[in-house]
Amino acid sequence: MARLLAIGWLFHLKNLTNSLFFVLISVLQPIIFATIAFFMFRSGDRPGGLLYAALGAGLMGIWSSTLFGSGGAIQWQRWQGTLEVIVAAPARFLWVMLPLTVSTASIGLYSIVATLFWGRVFFGVPLSFEHPWLFALALPITVLSLGLLGLVLASTFVLYRQASAFSNLLEYPIWLVTGLLVPLSLLPGWVEPLSWVLAPTWGMEAVRNAALGGEVWPGIGMCVLLGAIYLALGAVFMNNFERLARQRATLSLT
Amino acid sequence: MNSVRVFFIGGLTSYRALFGWLSPWVFVPSLLVAPIFQILLFVYIGRSAQLESDEFYVIGNAIQYAAVPCLFAMTHLVAGERFQQTLGYILITPAKRLPLFVGRALPVVTNGFFVSAFALLVGGAVVGIDVPTSAWAPIALAAAVSAFACTGLGLVTAGLGLVVRETSVLANIIFGLLLVFSGSNVPIEHLPRWMQVVSAGIPFTHGIAAVRGLADGDGLADAWGLIGTEALIGVVYGTIGYALIRGAEFLGRRHATLDRA
Repeated sequence: MARLLAIGWLFHLKNLTNSLFFVLISVLQPIIFATIAFFMFRSGDRPGGLLYAALGAGLMGIWSSTLFGSGGAIQWQRWQGTLEVIVAAPARFLWVMLPLTVSTASIGLYSIVATLFWGRVFFGVPLSFEHPWLFALALPITVLSLGLLGLVLASTFVLYRQASAFSNLLEYPIWLVTGLLVPLSLLPGWVEPLSWVLAPTWGMEAVRNAALGGEVWPGIGMCVLLGAIYLALGAVFMNNFERLARQRATLSLT
Repeated sequence: MNSVRVFFIGGLTSYRALFGWLSPWVFVPSLLVAPIFQILLFVYIGRSAQLESDEFYVIGNAIQYAAVPCLFAMTHLVAGERFQQTLGYILITPAKRLPLFVGRALPVVTNGFFVSAFALLVGGAVVGIDVPTSAWAPIALAAAVSAFACTGLGLVTAGLGLVVRETSVLANIIFGLLLVFSGSNVPIEHLPRWMQVVSAGIPFTHGIAAVRGLADGDGLADAWGLIGTEALIGVVYGTIGYALIRGAEFLGRRHATLDRA
């Protein structure tokens, strides 16, 4: 199974890297949002926080690529005519889809690199991390937890024909309620419990604290815990989808 | 008479097809809900940065979000026809090109205006901004002119769509650039000089400034210069776009490449 996951992840990572759309989502879009945030923070009455903005914009990119990638994961297989083959393969459908959703989140790593590079070169953002080793640990764990959240999305989006439109709907709200560019304390109180069940909240906390100083382990721990819950949910949803599709013979239907 | 028919009927038919026969499952999340969250995101970033008032971001983002329907719809004008393999049939007809393509822009302008107006009303109500009732009519005019100007830019991207394969990527890039350069979230005077020069020549910059002025109590006479400049920008982009489409059509016929970019 480890081989299936590793090869699948690498294959999809290479495949997605060849997509201009994904490169745009992962690189240009976070740079655009980072640029706006840099100007806003630099011009406002609270200057500073440029590294905060660069990391936040980078994680926004990871979320976007996860959302669009996972949202389209099953639909792409349908269009390519490979969905039936994957479902019929001896390997469980879950273990074939998991590397795909994790790879869509991994593509988002380009975002972090792009926003940090852009911030350093054009806005003089200081790239000094308080806990560089914990940063190196927090980042892949965050990506993995987002990939597992993508698995839940991929399985639920099966039921929704216009998954791409629904992806558009989820992009901004999650950026907002997980505090990627805005401190959660500024948002209404009822938003906070929502943010607790979303891995980007804890991933952002871990990555930001590793860079700027603060407790890193609680964020990492919550990412691992939520990732396990997402995996369990994804397994239930995927099994259900596969069973229903076989029963109703709707696997290749959009 | 035939040209008038092509202008109105052809434009409406094309527009209905664009949204999968106006499926609410696409329209509502993409064009009604997403702009409200874009407004909220920048309102809260603005509060965090302590840069401008909530009204600044509500107006900037509501007007700028018209770029989604205007740019994507116009870009899809060509790419969608190519995808459905109907581009050749359309271009082989004797219909005059001006009503054919500009007619398709009219519903797009209307929709862009509707999206901006909806975002302004709902976003403004959610955040709680105070705009004098007397300002709504001139604001509507400025919003409609801004949607028109962006549709002109959309005609340019439609022309490029005849020679570029990744049209949705192109529209996404331009949407992002408009967000940075139009002053929707960062006051123009805080941008570097070269960016200010660029922002003066793109859609939305003058329209957003006009709406902000009107919301702050300016009369239509004060905003007339900005609205007129916005309209002029739309005409210039529209003319360039139309020329690009005709040029690309000519090249496509010559090299037999209409159905592939």
